[in-house]
Amino acid sequence: MRNEVIRWGRGGVAALVLVGLVVAPWVVDDYTTAILARTLALALVGVSVALLTGVAGMPTLGQTAPYAAGAYACAVLGSRISDVGVVQVAVAAGAGAALAALTVPLVVHARGVIVLMITLAVGELVVTVLGRWRSVTGGTDGLAGIPAVRPFWGLPVLATDQARYLYTLVVAATLVGAVLLLLRTRAGLLLRAGRDDETRLRASGHRVPLLVSGAHVAAGAIAGAAGSLLVVAQQYISPADFGFDTSALLLLGVVIGGTASVGGALVGAALVIAARDWLFGVLPGHAPLVLGALFVATVYLLPSGVDRARLRPRPTDVPPVHPDRPAVREHAGAAPELRT
Amino acid sequence: MVAAGPNRIDPYLIPALDGVAYGLLVFVAASGLVFCFGVANILNLAHGMLYAIGGYTAAALLDGGWASLALALAVGVLAAAAAGVLLAGLLTPVATGNHLTQALLTFGVALAGGSLLVAGFGPDDPRVRVPAALDGSVVVAGHRYAAYRLVFIVVAAVISAALYLVVRRTRAGMLVRAAVDDPEMVACMGVSPTRIRAGVLAAAGALAGAAGVLGAPIIGPGTDTADTVLLLSLVVVVLGGLGSMAGTLLAALAIGEIQTLGVALLPSAAPFLLFAAMAAVLAVRARGLATRWRTT
Repeated sequence: MRNEVIRWGRGGVAALVLVGLVVAPWVVDDYTTAILARTLALALVGVSVALLTGVAGMPTLGQTAPYAAGAYACAVLGSRISDVGVVQVAVAAGAGAALAALTVPLVVHARGVIVLMITLAVGELVVTVLGRWRSVTGGTDGLAGIPAVRPFWGLPVLATDQARYLYTLVVAATLVGAVLLLLRTRAGLLLRAGRDDETRLRASGHRVPLLVSGAHVAAGAIAGAAGSLLVVAQQYISPADFGFDTSALLLLGVVIGGTASVGGALVGAALVIAARDWLFGVLPGHAPLVLGALFVATVYLLPSGVDRARLRPRPTDVPPVHPDRPAVREHAGAAPELRT
Repeated sequence: MVAAGPNRIDPYLIPALDGVAYGLLVFVAASGLVFCFGVANILNLAHGMLYAIGGYTAAALLDGGWASLALALAVGVLAAAAAGVLLAGLLTPVATGNHLTQALLTFGVALAGGSLLVAGFGPDDPRVRVPAALDGSVVVAGHRYAAYRLVFIVVAAVISAALYLVVRRTRAGMLVRAAVDDPEMVACMGVSPTRIRAGVLAAAGALAGAAGVLGAPIIGPGTDTADTVLLLSLVVVVLGGLGSMAGTLLAALAIGEIQTLGVALLPSAAPFLLFAAMAAVLAVRARGLATRWRTT
């Protein structure tokens, strides 16, 4: 009964948030709309971070790598070959997935904080490549003047900030919905089971490395698609969009939102990125101070929101004891939830 | 080329020497992070900020005399150590062992502290004045070389040796090593883990602060100093095998050579070597390292 109420409540809040997001461009000015569109792209990367950190148990600081791959693939495609949005999202997702697949051998056997370090290295490597491969990426100057996108063959190009925002919203909502559906399938359940007790899952004949690799590639595809949304929202990209601070802010946003919940991660990442952009405008020069203080305060205010990810490498000989963490709770809908 | 023997390596002598200076600097900065990671099991993302405190202190206090260098060293070490103790205090109420919480907290402190440093010292990279006696250059094997760097190599080597002796020979060092191996046993012996953590973070801050002051002419204070030093230190700590002083020193020297000699020899590949080495080492040793990490 109580669970029913909570579920309905979550659904209601999610619906309200969605309605708010749809009407937002008619309420706020163009600049805020453009900022919102970029925040949506970053929040989608946050979802991929949550998929790895919370659901698969592999905390990552490197989702900016497939994000960057998708963004640059989309930018090059958009300025040279096709301005059709569907094609761009598909190619960007493919590029992100390909990059993630390349790094699978690095991360598949590692767990916990070691994944954090490996992905950090991968992210830094990708930023270095972006800064030096001038003929394709434009070096540290980045790529500008990317033509406006048309969502589908025959449709007009998206010329206004509102149109671009709505396009970003539709793509992001579709992908988040797909992730939520995916997590309800057997594969999603097995992924969480592998996070909670890998030894037992292996013993019962499941191939955990395959599951982990699949999650890694899927997260890469989502981050890549988010990269194409960034290109649409910003119409300009440079290596500065994909630096260490971006991945750190995303991971922390996801941690604040509750790593195992997609909705929470979405809200957490969006809040952190929005706070950064908003503070940057309101308090020029002091934004990091307030943001840092907010992080510190969050640690004390939300003690239970941050214990979901298992960051210590799992002991192989000791059965994990988590009697207080029923996996059922993670069947959350799209509802944003801030665990308190 | 006709040149043979010593002449062939000649052009690379200065970068190699630079690499030693750079490597020793990174070692002194990273050894604090080794303590944080290995002993206190803290993922300290504010470590770069501790270095930046030392760097800004040096820029503000150094005026070209020896007295100012001594003063800057004392102030920088004390300030960074105090920041380390503050960090330990902030970390105490938070459940220990959860790296994500620690990352959240220490990254918040790093953001806030970095912002305060920029507010206090200005957004431009300040100029650092080394003591006048060391401002010139000396001739090393037929090449001119900055005198300060040569002296720095000696001083950093002395600090490293002292660090090694303290960790190996003193009771405090033994407790620290014991806490790496078996924290529960150390707690059973009546040594409070909280005090060890505070002491370790203070020592980490002092080392980072000393590195920041002395290394200011090499990796100078600026808005991205904290990030640079944090990333370099993380790479060194990981490559050095977490908790081993000798391994950390070797890794730091290798990083120094990659950053200087590597750039001279392989200008196109050198930027990738750093993180490629880190990713490769981690991936190859993922399983062995995982068990190691658990026991430390």
